[in-house]
Amino acid sequence: MHEHDVIVVGAGGAGLRAAIAADEEGADVALVTKLHPVRSHTGAAEGGINAALREGDDWELHAYDTMKGSDYLGDAPAIDTFAQDAPEEVVQIEHWGMPFSREDDGRVSQRPFGGMSFPRTTYAGAETGHHLLHTMYEQVVKRGIEVYDEWYVTNLAVTDHDDPEDRHCHGAVAYEIATGNVEGFWARDGVILATGGLGQAFDHTTNAVANTGDGCAMAYRAGVPLEDMEMIQFHPTTLPSTGVLISEGVRGEGGILYNDDEERFMFEHGYANNDGELASRDVVSRAELTEVNAGRGIEDEYVDLDMRHLGEERILDRLENILHLAEDFEGVDGLDEPMPVKPGQHYAMGGIETDENGETCISGLYAAGETACVSLHGANRLGGNALPELLVFGARAGHHAAGKDMKTAEIETGRSAKSEDGDVSPPVQPGAIQTGDGDVAADGGERSDGSRSSSDLRADGAMVEPKETLEHTVQQERERIETLLEADGINHAEVRSNVQETMTENVNVFREEESLNDALRDLRRARERYEDVAVADPSRTYNTDLIHTIETRNILDVAEAITLGALAREEFRGAHWRAEYQERRDEEWIKHTMLAWDDGTPELYYKPVLLESQWKEYEPKERSY
Amino acid sequence: MSTIEQETETEETTDESAEPTVESPGERRRAEKRERTQAREDQRVDEEIDSSEETITLKVFRYDPEVEGKEEPRFDDFTVPFHKGMTVLDALIYSRDHYDSSLTFRHSCRQAVCGSDALFINGRQRLACKTQIADLDAGTIRIEPLPHQEVVKDLVVDMEHFYDQMEAVEPYFDADELPDDELEEQRQDRENREKIKMSTRCIWCGACMSSCNIAAGDNEYLGPAAINKAYRFAMDEREGEQRKQERLRIIEQEHGVWRCQTQFSCTEVCPKDIPLTEHIQELKREAVKNNLKFW
Ligand SMILES: Cc1cc2nc3c(=O)[nH]c(=O)nc-3n(C[C@H](O)[C@H](O)[C@H](O)COP(=O)(O)OP(=O)(O)OC[C@H]3O[C@@H](n4cnc5c(N)ncnc54)[C@H](O)[C@@H]3O)c2cc1C
Ligand code: SF4
Ligand code: FES
Repeated sequence: MHEHDVIVVGAGGAGLRAAIAADEEGADVALVTKLHPVRSHTGAAEGGINAALREGDDWELHAYDTMKGSDYLGDAPAIDTFAQDAPEEVVQIEHWGMPFSREDDGRVSQRPFGGMSFPRTTYAGAETGHHLLHTMYEQVVKRGIEVYDEWYVTNLAVTDHDDPEDRHCHGAVAYEIATGNVEGFWARDGVILATGGLGQAFDHTTNAVANTGDGCAMAYRAGVPLEDMEMIQFHPTTLPSTGVLISEGVRGEGGILYNDDEERFMFEHGYANNDGELASRDVVSRAELTEVNAGRGIEDEYVDLDMRHLGEERILDRLENILHLAEDFEGVDGLDEPMPVKPGQHYAMGGIETDENGETCISGLYAAGETACVSLHGANRLGGNALPELLVFGARAGHHAAGKDMKTAEIETGRSAKSEDGDVSPPVQPGAIQTGDGDVAADGGERSDGSRSSSDLRADGAMVEPKETLEHTVQQERERIETLLEADGINHAEVRSNVQETMTENVNVFREEESLNDALRDLRRARERYEDVAVADPSRTYNTDLIHTIETRNILDVAEAITLGALAREEFRGAHWRAEYQERRDEEWIKHTMLAWDDGTPELYYKPVLLESQWKEYEPKERSY
Repeated sequence: MSTIEQETETEETTDESAEPTVESPGERRRAEKRERTQAREDQRVDEEIDSSEETITLKVFRYDPEVEGKEEPRFDDFTVPFHKGMTVLDALIYSRDHYDSSLTFRHSCRQAVCGSDALFINGRQRLACKTQIADLDAGTIRIEPLPHQEVVKDLVVDMEHFYDQMEAVEPYFDADELPDDELEEQRQDRENREKIKMSTRCIWCGACMSSCNIAAGDNEYLGPAAINKAYRFAMDEREGEQRKQERLRIIEQEHGVWRCQTQFSCTEVCPKDIPLTEHIQELKREAVKNNLKFW
């Protein structure tokens, strides 16, 4: 058993920042991550990182833009805290050596970005995420913070009280990929989940293969509600064959979108007569798909993004990286021909419910970064706001977990924040999974009869020894892995592709009741098939077959949460478009969709959106394009 | 706790010491399972290939120290349907997901930034995700793990040594002087940023180290990636003169820059086009200047 004060799960931007913060508080901290830190997906971010740094700008403007961008589904205390902390955090990474692009006077450059009323996006070429990730990992090395890399966290060790708000997280269980050892990580003070996005729930995504929503699924099954899961951002310009992102910068510089009839459809078909290609991400995505559905797509699949008219010089100067991406991943020379693009899943705006200090309703359990939903992005994330989120809320979670007094949070979490019951009638009962032999739960703490097996320890829910809770979970995970390795059954890849296909088909940019119901039926079928899943590779050495099998279970749970949330939200807000409901309905829907894992069956409820913080109050306004 | 640990230990020892001839029930079950899985996979292969038009063949290095029949290195052939824009990584993923789920390799971003899939493809270090099959100009694609690295399993190599060398150069920023105001950034000249720009692009893929003859013969040689990392800091004007001297001392040591024989193999394979050899040469010059000045 490994023992530390703070265990950070995941070493992308959020995890690294959290670990440094906990270290600053004097805690003994360890990073446990399934990829080596520099392989984390934060490295793929291109565009930039927002912070109000200059004269003429201030945090209140940044906060206002963010709230408006969120289509009034963000929480004011989170947004205000974010905008206030961002400048210090961004300057701090500059102090840590981040190679930002520079102005003539040697200060960091800032550029305009969509939805921002001031050019407040700092950047390092078109590789901002890469530099951010490496700069922070360097600081982790400098501080000698312990890193367990290529350790896959399979479950959390949480006490078994009936009410999740009475539960406590004592650590995590991880599988060492190189050797197959399963070990407990005891966290004396807290566990921070920083496991990143869930793009792999879709088959066309800009996200890395490792972004399988592990943190969301683990926290959810441990009893933390998932918040606003239906809010998925789709990016309009991704390469069709891989999902690799073509930065918004191309349209920013004047790139033009054409359909198969060589029409500049954004204007010619009236999708955005003012902004054309530069309308917001959701608008452009919907326009592209409408063209494809109307039979005007190229090869019935994509549209063309043309930048040739910008001229070689300008392209090389500002968009060099894009030439490489189109060439390497699509075999297209952007100087000579238009680039094929279509919308792809890009970012999860919902996630693990936390307060502005990063804590969840389970004491000792924190979350930060894309896996978390402190409710900063609401229904629509502005470009350049995710990276500062990693810094601001990563740092806050790290400080708090290490014992720093962060003052009482304004954002309430857990069931006590519930304002009303949710109402949704899925065509099938979503729910828990049993493994082939029906004995050990495939994951989480439930047995086949739906009861939490850890309750065997203390049926009365009394406080159990932290070590006992952890050991018990370790034992469970060993059995589960053993079962998966020994059993005979179908390959996870089949189940995974079923999930990804139905999500892309039915829970994409366009959503309607019928297709959402279809998706739920397909997910139920996938769940049933997952009961027969088994790992074909018997090896204890670097068994990626096993890892992918466990991930697939997580993908299933988050996919179901996204779909249920989308079915329940009967309005059109931000990225969430519904065929039956073409308007934002503020009276009824300024509220967060919450899903709680209730002994295996998702329970839907709502909590209020906070449009007021200790500093400011926001008034919802119409968003026009 | 101790009982749990003991259980695992016993289990592991049995696994390791098991004579191949004496089959435990677990072994037998696993063997049977392997056969069934194989049969199912063969069937799927037949079904898949049937309908496909153009195909390519991968010849993939296989090795697993732990699994019977795989402890001797060998090559497996996979025939995969080809489409325009397909990369070597796509073909590997296809092979794994359709034919043999035990096929093991690292990958994540699929866009040449995470550095996890540097492999030896048709005799050269490349990122699998960045290599278009159409560009390889060969009917058969030979895929091996990075040479000169210890193989863990199939295409996965042990990166520990590479990481150790990276850390040996103290790869972190030490500013000379920070502005008093925590909201005030340091100044860096545009030109200085340009100077270090290429060196900051390294994604730690290990291709350069694997291609380097010197590194192959001298295990202690810092290697191109680590020296490039040292360059990144030594040339950053925000670090002071004293720190620069310390950095030069690290790379000047016996197994540092002087080992480089300017063969350019690292520069040739670097997927991020970092002028590694040039950076090493420049540090040699700095080191000479440094010696003249101080000793
Ligand atoms: C192509 C692309 C471009 C983007 N560009 C921008 C931009 O310009 N500006 C911006 O603000 N945002 C951008 N974003 C969004 C932003 O980059 C991400 O939201 C952010 O980097 C996520 O960081 P993270 O630390 O939460 O997760 P990640 O960086 O994904 O890290 C997750 C970590 O968790 C670990 N992990 C996961 N599961 C487990 C497990 N079970 N056990 C152990 N470890 C685990 C992984 O190993 C990894 O270390 C972009 C995103 C993409 C995909
Ligand atoms: S210098 Fe180039 S080849 Fe070497 S590790 Fe870095 S990116 Fe890879
Ligand atoms: S998969 Fe990340 S570099 Fe190739």
